[in-house]
Amino acid sequence: MRHALLASSGLTLSQGIALLYLLAAVLFILGLKQLSSPKGARRGNWIAAVGMLIAVAASVPKLHATTTGIVLIAVGTVVGVVVGAVSARRVKMTAMPQMVAAFNGVGGGAAALVSTMEYQRLVATGGQGVVFVFTVVFSVVVGSVSFAGSVVAFSKLQELMTGIPITYAGQKVVNGAVVLAILGIAVYLIGFGTSVPVLAVLLVIALLLGVGFVLPIGGADMPVVISLLNAFTGLAVASSGFVLGNTVLIVGGTLVGAAGTLLTMLMSEAMGRSLSNILFAAVGKVVAGAGGAGEAGEAKPVRSGTPDDVGVLLAYSRKVIIVPGYGLAVAQAQHAARELANALEKRGVEVEYAIHPVAGRMPGHMNVLLAEADVPYDQLKEMDEINDEFKSADVALVVGANDVVNPAARTAPDSPIYGMPILAADDAKNIVFLKRSLRPGFAGIDNELMYDQKTIMLFGDAKDSLTKLAVAVKAA
Amino acid sequence: MTDTLIQYITVFVLAAFVGFEVISKVPTILHTPLMSGSNAIHGIILVGAMAVAARANGPVEIVLGLAAVILAAINVVGGFVVTDRMLEMFKARRPGGGAE
Repeated sequence: MRHALLASSGLTLSQGIALLYLLAAVLFILGLKQLSSPKGARRGNWIAAVGMLIAVAASVPKLHATTTGIVLIAVGTVVGVVVGAVSARRVKMTAMPQMVAAFNGVGGGAAALVSTMEYQRLVATGGQGVVFVFTVVFSVVVGSVSFAGSVVAFSKLQELMTGIPITYAGQKVVNGAVVLAILGIAVYLIGFGTSVPVLAVLLVIALLLGVGFVLPIGGADMPVVISLLNAFTGLAVASSGFVLGNTVLIVGGTLVGAAGTLLTMLMSEAMGRSLSNILFAAVGKVVAGAGGAGEAGEAKPVRSGTPDDVGVLLAYSRKVIIVPGYGLAVAQAQHAARELANALEKRGVEVEYAIHPVAGRMPGHMNVLLAEADVPYDQLKEMDEINDEFKSADVALVVGANDVVNPAARTAPDSPIYGMPILAADDAKNIVFLKRSLRPGFAGIDNELMYDQKTIMLFGDAKDSLTKLAVAVKAA
Repeated sequence: MTDTLIQYITVFVLAAFVGFEVISKVPTILHTPLMSGSNAIHGIILVGAMAVAARANGPVEIVLGLAAVILAAINVVGGFVVTDRMLEMFKARRPGGGAE
């Protein structure tokens, strides 16, 4: 049917497929464009999905699959669709970042496998140029790094392993040696020899690099890493497109490679840090150990309160601004926060949420979490919108956040977070910190604000404390 | 260098520019969904995985080909579905006002 249609339009099969690939590429671009504006984001995702469907369907007529091949494709697609759809449906909103990491990793793994197999096939028939081998090597290395790095990122966020940066003596030397080994093998394959086993060894070493690269990065920085690995997978896929001579792979992969790189830069900008600082400084470990600020801080007195004290303070306020942070996401306390806000609003207290650009586990993650807990849209205020309002707030209730309200970002040029835009919680008449302990935030820096005269510390699990506060407010 | 290769390089360079330009201004609130949505797009590797699986020959290729198709399909479907779930939430809260 398809062939007849093509014949009547004067196109060959290959030309027809190429045009459908072009249509898919256009839909990807439109989809990305819409995804970056609040109004059309959801539609954009669907536009891109339609493009994907068209591209996959268009590739079918020229597969020339053997019977085995048809079975492999059918079984593989069904298994992948079921696994992908079920895990995406079931995942909790708080676990979203590691889910994205997982989906990204499998894409990188697929790109590495595709190029490996194509290399093996063409080695058998002979005749492959330098560019071909280069693109094979590139997609195998970058795809494998993305796969293994995503596995580590997933494990850190899922708390299968510690989220604290893992560092050891000579780590940079070891990672450097791995990079050199990869370069050496790459040069050999491109310039000197043809060998499938050597390519397999290269793949394994690249997996090691992926692990070694992500291990020293702390859990709170993981979103930026995932975004970077997302861009990596895009480039690996584009490179596989060169290997297979397939334009839609080149376009799709390159779009993600470029957009992902830009997004990674935007994210690190929102955190007020450079990408190299995030990737190589092992922030969260080195600073805490070296600064000595932590120990000095322990000795300083803080004012700690009971849930009842704080409940009364909140109940008799006119305006309360809640500053939700990483800790709220970890404790899954968004519903408890919403209940406290309800109790306060019933008493006529004005409640707003101050959302720092990097609050939560990923930029924008906090908005998703609070929306899930039915927090009304108009109560969520972006940083620029709300910073002037802290002056008129009776209480700034900081839930599991630290660095995003740390005045050191404004005042201490030697601080790792210096220059990061922060929420002006210190302008509020009272500040309440809900925290597990005085332990510094992920950047490992002491927060002066916790020792301020007008600050009350309420120690404990965020969810537990918020629930107790709601009870206390209702009783007040 | 073959003409085809030149064509591919042209496509690559232009796509890179488009990728940079198309998302120039993204509000932070959309960073996560955008990352997730673009993540689904590189699932296009499914087309490549199908191509190599189609001519898989012998046990090693069968295993690798099957693995490639499964991984790529997870990337595509999981990526789009999870992005839709995130964005669904943004939409749901607007008419809500006060859910209780």
